[in-house]
Amino acid sequence: MYRRAVSSPHSNLDVSKPNGFRVRPGYAPLLASPSVDAVMLEERAASFTKRSLKKATKVAGLKLTIRMMDLTTLEGKDTPGKVQQLCQKAMTPLATDPSIPSCAAICVYPNFVRVAKQALAGSTVKVASVATAFPSGQSPLDIKLDDVRRAVEFGADEIDMVIDRGAFLAGDLAKVFDEIAATKEACGPAHLKVILETGELATYDRIRVASDLAIAAGADFIKTSTGKVQPAATMPVTLLMLEAIRDHYYATGIRIGMKPAGGVRTAKQALHYLVLVRETLGDAWMTPDLFRFGASALLNDVLAQLEKERTGNYQASEDFSKE
Amino acid sequence: MTMTKPKPTGELQSALAGSERSLDFGNAWEYAPAPEGTEHIRIAPRHELFIDGRWTAPKSGKYFDTVNPATEQVLSEIAEANAEDVDLAVQAARRAYDKVWGKMPGKERAKYIFRIARAMQEKARELAIVETLDGGKPIKESRDVDIPLAIAHFFHHAGWTDKLDLAFHGRQVSPLGVAGQIIPWNFPLLMAAWKIAPALACGNTVVLKPAETTPLTALLLARIFEEAELPPGVVNFVTGAGATGAALVAHPGIDKIAFTGSTGVGKRIQRELAGTRKRLTLELGGKAANIIFADAAIDQAVEGIVQGIFFNQGHVCCAGSRLLVEESVHDIVVRKLRDRMATLRMGNPLDKNTDVGAINSKMQLGRIQELVAAGEEEGASRWSAPLAVPERGFFFPPTFFTGAGPSSRIAREEIFGPVLTILTFRTPEEAIEKANNTMYGLSAGVWTDKAAKIFWMSQRLKAGIVWGNTFNKFDPTSPFGGYKESGFGREGGRQGLAAYLEVSP
Repeated sequence: MYRRAVSSPHSNLDVSKPNGFRVRPGYAPLLASPSVDAVMLEERAASFTKRSLKKATKVAGLKLTIRMMDLTTLEGKDTPGKVQQLCQKAMTPLATDPSIPSCAAICVYPNFVRVAKQALAGSTVKVASVATAFPSGQSPLDIKLDDVRRAVEFGADEIDMVIDRGAFLAGDLAKVFDEIAATKEACGPAHLKVILETGELATYDRIRVASDLAIAAGADFIKTSTGKVQPAATMPVTLLMLEAIRDHYYATGIRIGMKPAGGVRTAKQALHYLVLVRETLGDAWMTPDLFRFGASALLNDVLAQLEKERTGNYQASEDFSKE
Repeated sequence: MTMTKPKPTGELQSALAGSERSLDFGNAWEYAPAPEGTEHIRIAPRHELFIDGRWTAPKSGKYFDTVNPATEQVLSEIAEANAEDVDLAVQAARRAYDKVWGKMPGKERAKYIFRIARAMQEKARELAIVETLDGGKPIKESRDVDIPLAIAHFFHHAGWTDKLDLAFHGRQVSPLGVAGQIIPWNFPLLMAAWKIAPALACGNTVVLKPAETTPLTALLLARIFEEAELPPGVVNFVTGAGATGAALVAHPGIDKIAFTGSTGVGKRIQRELAGTRKRLTLELGGKAANIIFADAAIDQAVEGIVQGIFFNQGHVCCAGSRLLVEESVHDIVVRKLRDRMATLRMGNPLDKNTDVGAINSKMQLGRIQELVAAGEEEGASRWSAPLAVPERGFFFPPTFFTGAGPSSRIAREEIFGPVLTILTFRTPEEAIEKANNTMYGLSAGVWTDKAAKIFWMSQRLKAGIVWGNTFNKFDPTSPFGGYKESGFGREGGRQGLAAYLEVSP
């Protein structure tokens, strides 16, 4: 619906694919993206938080939340030991309750992909690696692509790239598009999540443009944030990114995934996000294949709420392991 | 619960059948019932008239039932006021006006009105639940819209009482006397607040007749007036149907009639009052145009369409019941609207997750069914949201028509239900022409990314309220009222005070 077929001098990629989208240098595809009305967007986003979710609904939602979780550690002080422990937690969030499912993936820096892959061997938990000079993306393209290829070589199942926000804000959308397309190619079999860093794009209209651009350039998932910038994921931003995904689905029949990251800290918030997905895109997206939470603190709050539902009491925070 | 899934008909059905890219809002994650607790709510089995500060048995000796439209169960029996009862109420209001309220300084009246507003806040939950039980609207709406707005009207007008001379600069103002007020069933407590708060703030006394299907919250309000020690006779409630209202309109001791309801009844009242000294304000029907331009934020406009027509089951005089959509975006708007409507939840109005509650009465349901049948007969394509319809109670699924002729009944008559008629236009001039091509003129909505276009449109729309990129937003500071056969006079804001004041030239 919002696709444009124009040539770009920056890329020699085949653009005849369903996602094919090219941007003429200096031409703003802003015209091709629908505008966003902030007042009504925020009002609609707030309406999801009014759903009352109790008992079986709550338990099912929280277990789904765990299955959708990319358990994340992205710190300078990360060590193999820390990553191994995180992997254990992702596979078995609560050893005392076998009904608790595993997380979808763990999300680490490229240096820890091998460690994680080994720790997770035989499990369903995937390894996602950030790449492309995460979190700023301010490095030459060949270095960013090398970052991606190495992470995939190390065994990453999924790559979380960052877009070049500097180029985007300077108006060089073609550069942003071409880098995403090139990264997709470098991913090979790995799934590509494209981080827009919505907190730096700042306006809803720009986030919509970036979403359309990322989807058209080959993203399998679009993702709000690195977790290093505030604000990270918010309900209105997630809603408008889901609307971009919905328009793409209407136009092509292709389902793109969504990952809010950094900002979902409580079980209650997670349930609100599930309501948002359920009532915007419907049943097909209620799966870890198409919706993920990028989070680190969220898991223990979800576990605490599940234990509360099971036993009727809140457990002490010491009852949940800290990694 | 029996499922009655309405089937789409005509052209639209065949278009939908081939659509593989439709979204599925099924049962991947069911919401468990979340009913608001009603254990603490006690509804008296019988309600008398509230006249001169006392609960009084009706001279008529008659009572009628008020029914929960979601269950068809009787909630209480309500006194039916006849002409004699109305006379007693008007006399009480006259005495209270002459002896107490009319003479009281504004700053003293304010204390009572503030006290009423605070007492309403304390009882907000009870008021919301009773409103939902008696009228069928979702608890989400009575809790978050009706009751808070009703309270806001009392707070707002309490603030005006000692500043009335500032409202009309350089002029003298004085109260009118006894106001007779007749209100509808769609926003029972809110309409009572819209009428009573400005009347009291301006120094008038009141005889109010609630709608016969929804009297309970007005009678709770009478209890609040008792608790606030509002002097006897300042506000009197006479319950009953059309005959009670007619007695109030005809009473010679009334100085002003304020009526909100159907255009038909409004016209009868206006004829009745012709040549009398009584003042009149009327807030009547509507068939509002909600106008979507191609440059609008379409996803947000779809939200506005839903709010505009499905809020309160479409029982809204200013509902956006005629969607005028720029032809180039018609298909995508319809597709998005359909997917959005599929997510609506219809059923038990007390459930906190219910979006669409019960139709207010069997009679109203019949009227909606009649007009929908007329739409189908006239050849328009109907689509109803695929929602389960509860076996008991009065329910109608959110519905829209495409391909309706501009002269068809569904495009011209007020349906007062969750039924939208979608028409197209090509240019702004054509949008104006079509929007104004109605006997009504209460409200309109304009959706565009261009602020200048909103101003251009609002200057040309013959409607009392024009919403820009939003719909059905209400505030006590904003005057509300109609053009043409939607009535005259304004409620709310500085302009609304004029309806209850004598203003010197």
